[in-house]
Amino acid sequence: MSKTITVNGTERPIPSDPRVSLLDFLRENEGLTGTKKGCDHGQCGACTVIVNGMRINSCLTLAAMHDGDSVTTIEGLGTPTSPSPLQVAFVEHDGFQCGYCTPGQICSATAMLDEIAAGFASDASEDLLGEMQASPEEIRERMSGNLCRCGAYANIVTAIREIAQGDA
Amino acid sequence: MSAHLKQDEPVTSNRLDGMKQGIVGQPLSRVDGLAKVTGTAPYAAEYKIDNVAEGVLVTAPITRGEVTSIDKDSVLSMPGVLAVLDDERLTTRAAQGTANEAPKQDPATVCYWGQPIAVVVAETFEQARDAAKHLKVEYRVHEGAPLDPHQVAPEEQEDETVNQGDLDAAMARAAHTVDVEIATEGHASAAMEPHAAIAEWRDDKLTVYASLQMPNYNIAELADSLGMEESNIRLVSRYVGGGFGSKLGISEETVAAAIAARELGQPVRVVMSRQQVFQCIMRRSETTQKLRLASDEEGKLDGFAHHALVSNLPGEEFAEPVLQSSHFLYGGENRQLKLEVARIHRMTAGSVRAPGEAVGMPALEVAMDMLAEKSGVDPVELRLRNIPDRNPEEDLPFSSHKLADCLRQGAEKFGWDSGPRKPRQQREGEWWIGTGMASAARVHNVGEAKAHVTLKSDGTAVVQSDMTDIGTGTYTIVAQIAGEMLGIPIEKVLVELGDTKHPRGPGSGGSWGAASIGSAVYVACEALREKLAHRAGTSETELDLRDGSVVGGNSLVELLDGEDISEVGHYEPGEIADSHTASGFGAFFAKVRVNRFTGETRVDHMLGAFGFGRVLNEKTARSQCLGGITWSIGVALTEALLFDPVDGHLVNCDLAEYHVPVNRDVQDVDVMMMEERDPVASPIQAKGIGELGMCGGAAAIANAIYNACGARLFQYPMTPDRVLAALPD
Amino acid sequence: MRPFAFQRPDSLAHAHELTVPEDATAVAGGTNLLDLMKLQVETPERLVDINRLGMTEIQETADGGLRIGALATNTATANDDRVRADYPVLARAILAGATQQLRNRATTGGNLCQRTRCYYFTNIDQPCNKREPGSGCGAIDGIAHLHAVLGTSPSCIATYPGDMAVALSALDATVEIASPDSDERSVPVRDFHLLPGDTPCRDNVLERGEIITAVTLPRPVKAKHLYRKVRERSSYAFALVSVAAIVAVEDGVIARADLAFGGLAHKPWHDARLSELLVGEAPSAALFDKAGDLLLEGARGYGENDFKIPLARRTLAAVMAEATETEI
Repeated sequence: MSKTITVNGTERPIPSDPRVSLLDFLRENEGLTGTKKGCDHGQCGACTVIVNGMRINSCLTLAAMHDGDSVTTIEGLGTPTSPSPLQVAFVEHDGFQCGYCTPGQICSATAMLDEIAAGFASDASEDLLGEMQASPEEIRERMSGNLCRCGAYANIVTAIREIAQGDA
Repeated sequence: MSAHLKQDEPVTSNRLDGMKQGIVGQPLSRVDGLAKVTGTAPYAAEYKIDNVAEGVLVTAPITRGEVTSIDKDSVLSMPGVLAVLDDERLTTRAAQGTANEAPKQDPATVCYWGQPIAVVVAETFEQARDAAKHLKVEYRVHEGAPLDPHQVAPEEQEDETVNQGDLDAAMARAAHTVDVEIATEGHASAAMEPHAAIAEWRDDKLTVYASLQMPNYNIAELADSLGMEESNIRLVSRYVGGGFGSKLGISEETVAAAIAARELGQPVRVVMSRQQVFQCIMRRSETTQKLRLASDEEGKLDGFAHHALVSNLPGEEFAEPVLQSSHFLYGGENRQLKLEVARIHRMTAGSVRAPGEAVGMPALEVAMDMLAEKSGVDPVELRLRNIPDRNPEEDLPFSSHKLADCLRQGAEKFGWDSGPRKPRQQREGEWWIGTGMASAARVHNVGEAKAHVTLKSDGTAVVQSDMTDIGTGTYTIVAQIAGEMLGIPIEKVLVELGDTKHPRGPGSGGSWGAASIGSAVYVACEALREKLAHRAGTSETELDLRDGSVVGGNSLVELLDGEDISEVGHYEPGEIADSHTASGFGAFFAKVRVNRFTGETRVDHMLGAFGFGRVLNEKTARSQCLGGITWSIGVALTEALLFDPVDGHLVNCDLAEYHVPVNRDVQDVDVMMMEERDPVASPIQAKGIGELGMCGGAAAIANAIYNACGARLFQYPMTPDRVLAALPD
Repeated sequence: MRPFAFQRPDSLAHAHELTVPEDATAVAGGTNLLDLMKLQVETPERLVDINRLGMTEIQETADGGLRIGALATNTATANDDRVRADYPVLARAILAGATQQLRNRATTGGNLCQRTRCYYFTNIDQPCNKREPGSGCGAIDGIAHLHAVLGTSPSCIATYPGDMAVALSALDATVEIASPDSDERSVPVRDFHLLPGDTPCRDNVLERGEIITAVTLPRPVKAKHLYRKVRERSSYAFALVSVAAIVAVEDGVIARADLAFGGLAHKPWHDARLSELLVGEAPSAALFDKAGDLLLEGARGYGENDFKIPLARRTLAAVMAEATETEI
C-alpha cells in the first residue's frame, strides 16, 4: 500500500500523525502556503485544491485519506513568471483585493470550468439535462463556495467569464 | 534628507495633473497581483521560520469572573506539549484603532465569554489544539453580568451631543414628520485571514510577523504590553488578508506569541481559530436608533434628531460613532443628536468597516424614505432639497460636495423613475420587484505619515514605509504617485511596505491610508524633483519628466551620474482639518425582488455613484466601491451576530452561521466615480474610498423592499422571517 | 482533534469488525465528521476510513428503480443521467446543499448521517443533550433560530440539516444497511432518522458496527419534481425550510402528492396524511391552506423560530401552486 500523495506532480510522504489535514500537510509539511486556511471547517473555500481532478476543501479531509491521490495546488497551476490564463485574468480584472481567498478562488474556478465542460449541473441550472453554460448566474452559484470578504465577486465573475468565453 | 508638509491651507496646485508620466488615476493592475494570484505572497502565518512551536489560545467558557487555578500538569505530560503560559501581560482584548498603548491585560480576570486566559504551546498544531481543549481551569464566576443593552442605564457620550434650536417646536409645527426607531444587529469584520503572529527573539530584539493594519501604532501597543522599548521591536506585515477594522490594534495572539517565544527560547506561532476570531476580536455594536424628522410641505427639513444606543465592555472608550455623518448630511435648523453607550459583557466592540456610518446611514436613509413618502416628494429630489450649503451645526464650509451630482447622475444611469411611488406595483411570478435609493456619506480622515523615497542611479525608485496594503491597493497607488512625480513607469518603482524598519506610515484604517501615505510620497518626491531640477538647471515647477528622462533632455541616469538620491516625505494634517468639513458623498440605487411566499430578498441590480476626490487608480478604487456595495448587501440582508441571552456568548461564531454575502448574492453591480479635486482633503486632492461604498447602501435595499412589497422593516438584517412578519396582508 | 488510530478496512466484514467498538467511528467524505472532530464534538479513538470499499456504483434495480451506492459522492449522484431524468427532485436537493467542493467529497451514506447544526451542539462549552446526555438544552432558552417546530422534545429541538434526505423521503427511498452479525437489512428512509424523544444522542437507527451500503429508489413515476429551499443567503446556507415535492395532476385533480420537509424537525418530515388530503382534490389555495393546517397542527415554536410555522405553510403553498400550475 502506497503512503504518498502526489503534489503538483511530485510524490510526497504522508505525515505520521493521522490528524494532519490535507490543508496542514500542504502548508506545513510541504511549505505550499498558497493554499489558505480561512476557517478550517469547510465554510469559506480558501483551502480549495484539486484532487484527482475534483475541487475539494482541503481542510475537511485528512492527508492520510489521500494516499495514492494526486493533488494540484495554486502553485501547480502557475507561477509569477508563468501564470495560468485564469491567474492573468484575475490580475487584469482585479478579481481580488487582500488576496487571501484568491488561490482558493482560482483553484475552484479552474475545476469549475472543467465541470461545466463535463456537463455538471448546478442549483442555478434551469434545465438539469441541457448543455451547461458559463453564464454569470451559473458562475455565481458555482463559485459560491468561495467566500471573498473584500467583496470582489463581480470582478471574479468577469475574470472567469473572460476565460470561459475564450475556451468556447 | 527629509521634507515636511503640514497642511494648513487648501492645496489647489493639483500638481499630479501637470506631471507628464500620466499614470495617476489610470486603471493599472495591482503591482502585487501576480504574487497574490500565484499564492506566493506571504501572509503572517506563512513566513518560513525554522523550529517554530505552535501556540493555541485557551479561552474562558464563563461570562465574568476570575481564573482561580490552572492545572498546567493536566496537559504538560501530553505528547509534544512544551508550555502553558498565563503570564499577566497576556492581552485579553484587541486594542482599539490608534490606541498606541496596551489593550487590557490581566488574563485571570474574565470579562466576556470566550476571552483568552492562557496559551498552550506544543511542537505541532494538532498537539497544541488538543492540549488547549484539555487544560483544566477553575473559575470563580461573578453572576449577574449585564448582557442586554436595554437593561442597563447607558452613559451619554457628551462630545456627540447636539441641542440646537427647538426640536419639539419644529416637530409640532411641521407639515410632515417622521418618528421612527430602527435597530441594527452586531457585525463581524470576518476578514478571510484569521489573526496570526509568529514571534522570534534574537537576544533582546523581537521580530513579530503579524497580520496588522497599523504597524505604526501596533509597535507601541506591543511594546507597552511587553514592557519593552519600541526600538527593540520589529513588526512585519507585508500582506494582510483583510482587516476591516479587526486588525487596527494588536490582538491577543501577537502578545501571546511574543511572550511564549521568549519563555521557550524558540520562535512561536499563534494562529486564532475562526471561532476565536469571532469570539475575541472586535464586534460592531448592535444599535438602537431613534430618528425624528420635521419638514415643511415641500419636504425641506426644519427639525432633525438622531439618537443612538450602542454598547461596549466596561472600560472601553470606543462607542460606535453612529451619528458621524448625521451631523452634517442634511440641513434643519433645529437639531438633537445624542449617542449613548450601554456597558455589557459581550466581547469588545470596536471598528468594523465604516464604523458609524455603516449602521447610522442605513437608519437615517430609511427615515428619509419615509419622509419622501409622507411628503409626496421623490426620494432623490427630497435629498437634493436638503443638502446644506455649510455644515449645519458648526457653520463650516464643506471641502467639496458631490452629493447632488451623485444623486442626479446616479439616478439617470440607473433609470430612476421619479414618478409617483407606491408599493407592490410590479410582480414577476412569485416575486415582487421594487426600487429604492439612499444617500452615501462617510467622513474623510487623514493621518500623519512618512515615506522614504529613493531614486537610484539606475533610474529606478524604491518607496519604503511601514504602511500596509490590506487589499486596498496601497502598493499600486504608491507606485503610481512616485512614478508620476519622478517620470518613471510603475514597473521601475519598488514599493516596500508593512515593515517597521521603514519610516512610520499612517496605517490602514478609516479610509485614510491612500490620501495620507500618498501625500507623504508626494512630499518626498517633490523634494527629489527639486534636486533633479537643480541638476537639470531648471526649476522644479518647470521640470517635465517622462519615461526616465527630462522631456527633451537628459535621462535620469545621466542626471544622477552614479548617485542615489533619497528623501523622507513627512505629511501632517494641519489646521485645515478644523476649518472645513470633509466627507465623501454618494448615492445608491437598488432594484430588488422579494418572494411573496417566502420573504426572501434578492438584489438584482445595485448602482453606487461616489465622489471622493481624486481617483488614484480607477481599477482599485472601483474595487473598493464594489466591496462596499457587497457589504451593503450583507448589512441589509444577511449579517447579524447572535448572542445567547443566558451567558452572552456569541452563538453563530463561524462562517457557516454568520452569513457574509456569497458570490450569488451579488448580481449586477455598477459603480460611477465622480472625479473631483478636493484641495482640503489632502495635498494630492484625494479622499478615502474604502468605506463610503457601504455607508447607506443597505437603506437603498431596505427602501426597495418596501417599494417592492410594502413591508417597511425597522430592523436589519432583513431576513425572510422579518420580511414575512412585516408584510401587509 | 484528539489523537486517534487511523484504520482502513479492506472488506465490509473487516469494516464491521473495526467499527463495532464504542470508540470507533467510520469516515467516508469526512466533511461533517472532521469538522466535528476539530471541535471535539466527536472524539473517536479509532477512525475507520471506509472509502476503499467500493460502494460507489449507481445501478438500476431489477424492479426498475435505482440503487445508489453509499459511497457515491453527492456530485456523482446529482449528475447521474438517470437521477437527473427520473428523479430530478433528488438532483435538485443535492445541488441546493453545501457547495461543489463539499458535494465532491460528501457521500450518500455520510450525508444521511450528517449531524445537526445546532449552535449548542457544536460548542462543547455549552449544554447539549445530544452531545452530552443529561447536560441540558442550551437552545430552548437560547438562540433557536434554526431549530425545529415539529416533533421536538423537552430534551432537544435540533433539526436534521441536510437536503438530500428530504428528497429521499419524498421519494420513499430505502436505506440498505449491512450489519455485523446478520444479513443486510432495509429501512425506509422515512424511518431511518429518529425524533429526539429522551435520547436525542441517537440521530438514526444505525447500530454499532452497521454500515450503510446503498440507498434504493423505487421505480420512477411520471410527475413534477420540485425542491424548494428557503435560506438566508442565495447559496451556501442551511435551509430555514425546504420542501421536496413529487406532484402529478390528472384531469384537473391531484393524482399524486408526495411531500417531505426539511428544516422543521429532527428528521426529514413526512406526513402521510398530506398525500391523503391532497390526492383526488382539485388544486386550490384553500386546499393548500388545509394541507398547511394539517402539516403544522402539532407545531410548536420556541420564540426565535416561531416564524418557521408560517414560513412552512407559505412555502408548502408556493410549491404546490408551482407544481399544479395554480395561481394563488
